[in-house]
Amino acid sequence: MGNVLILAEHQNGKVKKTAFELASKASEIASSLGGQAEAVLIGTNDENLSKELAAYGIKKVYLLECPALEKYNAEGYTKVLADLIAEVKPEVLLAAATPVGKSCMPRLSGKLNSGLVSDVVDLKVDGSKVIATHPIYSGKALVDVKVNGSPQMLTIRPNSFGAGSPQDGATAESIKKTADAGELKSKMVDLVQGASDKVDLTEAELIVSGGRAMKSSDNFKILDDLAATIGATVGASRAAVDSGYAPHDMQVGQTGKVVNPKLYMAFGISGAIQHLAGMRTSKVIVAVNKDPEAPIFQKADYGIVADLFEVVPMLTEEFKKAMNE
Amino acid sequence: MKIGVLVKQVPDTETKIKVLDDGSGIDENGVKFIVSPYDEFAIEEALKTKEANAGSEVTVASLGPSRCVESIRTALAMGCDKAIHIDDEGSGPDSYVTAKALAKVIGDQGFDVVFCGKQAIDDDMGQVPQLVAEFLAWPQVMILENLEISEGKAKATRRVSGGAKEVYELTLPAIFGCDKGLNTPRYASLPGIMKAKSKPVETLKISDLKGDANNKLEYSNFRMPPEKAPGKVLSGEVGDQVKELVRLLREEAKVL
Repeated sequence: MGNVLILAEHQNGKVKKTAFELASKASEIASSLGGQAEAVLIGTNDENLSKELAAYGIKKVYLLECPALEKYNAEGYTKVLADLIAEVKPEVLLAAATPVGKSCMPRLSGKLNSGLVSDVVDLKVDGSKVIATHPIYSGKALVDVKVNGSPQMLTIRPNSFGAGSPQDGATAESIKKTADAGELKSKMVDLVQGASDKVDLTEAELIVSGGRAMKSSDNFKILDDLAATIGATVGASRAAVDSGYAPHDMQVGQTGKVVNPKLYMAFGISGAIQHLAGMRTSKVIVAVNKDPEAPIFQKADYGIVADLFEVVPMLTEEFKKAMNE
Repeated sequence: MKIGVLVKQVPDTETKIKVLDDGSGIDENGVKFIVSPYDEFAIEEALKTKEANAGSEVTVASLGPSRCVESIRTALAMGCDKAIHIDDEGSGPDSYVTAKALAKVIGDQGFDVVFCGKQAIDDDMGQVPQLVAEFLAWPQVMILENLEISEGKAKATRRVSGGAKEVYELTLPAIFGCDKGLNTPRYASLPGIMKAKSKPVETLKISDLKGDANNKLEYSNFRMPPEKAPGKVLSGEVGDQVKELVRLLREEAKVL
């Protein structure tokens, strides 16, 4: 007992990065609970994936073959996970707070009649209980949450813990099972890939973001160029989105995406309270704004008071030089 | 069609949140409450669905203290036909218990389709729609971007990571979690606001609806996030500042 199970997402025959972060944390929690870290992969029987997870501390991997779930389905994931959990009885279940985890984990908590803490950014183990830190009001405040029920279920906000270093040569036991997704009332009929293969804002480690001062959607091109030099994802403030300069899925803030990168660079963003709420947990914040009084400077680690149209092209050149070194 | 829409009353996004001194919760003094922004997209989608299906009716349901009747009136003023207020009786229900009570109401009402925001912007748990779907054995589509309904079936598109989209076909009844970008919520007109005052609002009690469900989550230690130490505003020629910034990001912050 005291095992920790993670839902490991995979894509194109590879384990997703968020799963390594879960694996490292699961292994840490499991050692506090006197159990081991295990993983479940749905819709694959590829043992190579087990090896990838073993490097981050996973000891046993359940590979659930299920033709109906080669494409994601919240109802089906709920059913096969509930069946597995009834059998292997983990004490803690972790998933990433991604479109998959966010849509199926609440359903699963209902099916298992247990509790789920969403979007966890920190946690500790106290006896047999996980005490999870959950941001509320988009991070304007924090609260500790404990689950009364079994398993204790959590979704982890990407980039909260980091994955640690992989251990070469570690192995995990693979257990292949055939899973039954049950009767599904919904079916994914199409998966339309995005215009780019860029990392989503919510999972990005590096973000460059533009505000109202970008003045037009065309001007976002200079941020795209800057982002390309360091492999960053481009975001926008609500003001920029509401002005039509950027699409809504680029919006960072309380009514947009909450992001958690290593580096967040804000260009021409004043720093309205609802924007700060969405990016305040960024490890390092850079602000570039003409207005020295802009509230964003109070949250920034590094600030430059200048016109973004002057700074961005220079910065793109400097990043290029730095990356070539 | 019988259309349901779930709304939650939450503090305005511009509100500065304060924590009670004993860490037991949020200080609601002086807080302005609004309809949770994502729920406005749900209300709009419900109204559009009504307009596209003659003879339909939209019922708005909200669970919370008596003040959330204000949010119900906003939804009625936008065009919803009638409302149900579920009084939480000060019980502080978590997502699980809230969903149990809402699922009971939705089942009793016999809705064909239910819309709600993808999450409420106060507790940010984002669980109620999926829990309701599970309790009713309904399909769900969260982060809805586009929806077509015809003859007891729906085709729904949802946004996932990196701009990718998933397209689902599903049977009704179903629940949809709405996101910004789905539509543009209408404003309540003055006649709408006047009419809303006389639209029926039924009040129910959570204790009559939740069955034997109890909270699964225990909250404690509400607190403000740690303040960041003040940062550096660079100085000098802009070109030098840019060079210095790159050096700091690499050597001091070590993020590049």
